[in-house]
Amino acid sequence: MQKRLMIAVVAGALAVGVTACGSSDSSSSTSSVSGAVAIDGSSTVFPFAQAAAEGFQAENPDVKITVGESGTGGGFEKFCAGEIDIADASRPIDDADEVPVCKKNNVEYAQIEVANDGVAIVTNPSLKMACLTTDQLNQLWKKGSTVSNYSELGDGTPAGDVSLYGPGTDSGTFDFFTEEINGEKGDTRTDYQPSEDDNVLVQGVEGDSTALGYFGFSYYETNADKLNLVGVDGGDGCIKPSVETIQNGSYKPLSRTLYMYVNTASLADKPQLKAFMNYAVDNADESATTAQIVPLTAEQLTTAKDALAKAEGS
Amino acid sequence: MTTRAESSRPVSEVLGVPPAAHKVRDRSFVLLLGALTSVALIVLAVLLIDTAIDGVPQLSLSFLTSFPSAFPAKAGIESAITGTLWLMGVVTFVIVPLGVASALYLEEFADNSRWWNRIIEVNIQNLAAVPSIVYGILGLAYIVRGPLSLGRTVLAGGLTLALVVLPVVIITGREALRAVPPSIKEGALALGATRWQAIWRQILPASIPGIATGVILSISRAIGETAPLILVGAATFVAFNPTGLDSPFTALPLQIFSWISQPNDEFRMLAAAAIIVLLVLLVLLNAVAIRLRNRYQQRW
Repeated sequence: MQKRLMIAVVAGALAVGVTACGSSDSSSSTSSVSGAVAIDGSSTVFPFAQAAAEGFQAENPDVKITVGESGTGGGFEKFCAGEIDIADASRPIDDADEVPVCKKNNVEYAQIEVANDGVAIVTNPSLKMACLTTDQLNQLWKKGSTVSNYSELGDGTPAGDVSLYGPGTDSGTFDFFTEEINGEKGDTRTDYQPSEDDNVLVQGVEGDSTALGYFGFSYYETNADKLNLVGVDGGDGCIKPSVETIQNGSYKPLSRTLYMYVNTASLADKPQLKAFMNYAVDNADESATTAQIVPLTAEQLTTAKDALAKAEGS
Repeated sequence: MTTRAESSRPVSEVLGVPPAAHKVRDRSFVLLLGALTSVALIVLAVLLIDTAIDGVPQLSLSFLTSFPSAFPAKAGIESAITGTLWLMGVVTFVIVPLGVASALYLEEFADNSRWWNRIIEVNIQNLAAVPSIVYGILGLAYIVRGPLSLGRTVLAGGLTLALVVLPVVIITGREALRAVPPSIKEGALALGATRWQAIWRQILPASIPGIATGVILSISRAIGETAPLILVGAATFVAFNPTGLDSPFTALPLQIFSWISQPNDEFRMLAAAAIIVLLVLLVLLNAVAIRLRNRYQQRW
């Protein structure tokens, strides 16, 4: 009995595999490149990479692209071990921790910018906070901070018991925010509600009348009606994040560039990788729109194209 | 005379009527137990209804036969379903021979007075309780990388999941073997069968329903495991079906995990739909297990 069942399961699996094989063979006439492209890394870049991969595969059905989302750090770890072709990153590669690993494994790479992102500071709508300076953010979030009521932050901040929400330590957003606001990556007060899932943070802030939290701008955009957006004063007045202020960099210091790091040796060896990277850069605007993240500026796009051309030439 | 009269009295007169307070306490205890049980059931019902409200409208044939997509309207779970089927194929292939052989050894051959056999036994019990994420780390270090270096393939994912459920298969296998009455084996041995013949022709066939039930329940656990696959580094956007053991893959729980963490609400609706598909698969597997057990269970 068990034997028969087992055979049925395996046969089923094989049948599915064979049909899949057949269908991809039959459609091979439309494209010239084939092979695999492995992408992994930041979950912030994931929707972009997914949109690019989907668009590219529609034109080149024989190229098998896989996109993972194990976080910027997880992506670089695999990238520097030579296990994947492209690392999605929401921050530049770390000189101290990651570059030496890449060097040790003889992985050479090029950094291509693909989109922009901002970290939004939000509060529950009943906590009427309009603006915070980077100093105030630092006071609130720094390691060992004892601020327990927002009114302690000084002029203009409303009163309310401090209740904080932020991403967990594996997140690129966490690295970025702690570095920009607290001066060192990973430095933060620890008595806040962490979650790797930004949707959980949105729900937390929404359900807690004195909550303040930070997460990726796209999560604010899709939940704008439930949250109060706080402007950030980085020295030049209070600026709220928006597509424009993130693109032109005036939303300081919490706007950032999103990257794809590509293995240059693979780029030379694998025509499908080269074709995909060119597609990703040429269609960066469209993919960003699909992924609902902030696209590159024209200037950044030129930089990206130049960087890719240089990587292909080397 | 008196004895006769007493024996004909109703029981309640002899023992006395229980005081009303006892009855109340009795009732309230039953009520309390019922309330506690219903808490669990209500939570489950709320979860199922909530998922169904979000997910059912998304279910369609095209959802089952499309690949994941950046556009929620076009996204589907074909590659996740085929990936899951492939994984379960590998898991079954590994756990059946390994699990049955280990159970047979421990139940029929191992000498329990030897310390190493006792250590094996205790460890298998412990392994069954190890969190699955730990097997994910093991899979990453020794199967994806390290000695086996299989990469992020169907085979590596399947082997990792097989490790997660193997201890349970061994334990349920042993129980199934133990349920066969010793008289069967003794009878076979008395008639001149060798030990191997007694096991292969009598004990094993008699315990197959029990073993099969254990295997199916293990597979239904493996089918929902996410943590080991995330750790192994399986991708979440895979727009093609696996083509073999060395092919990259995604699986239903991974696809659900990925969709739930997207900012866009529509993807979370898709996740609910995928959860329903996964639940249906699970219920089907469990139904097969129950049917097997009822149909082939022998009463000695």
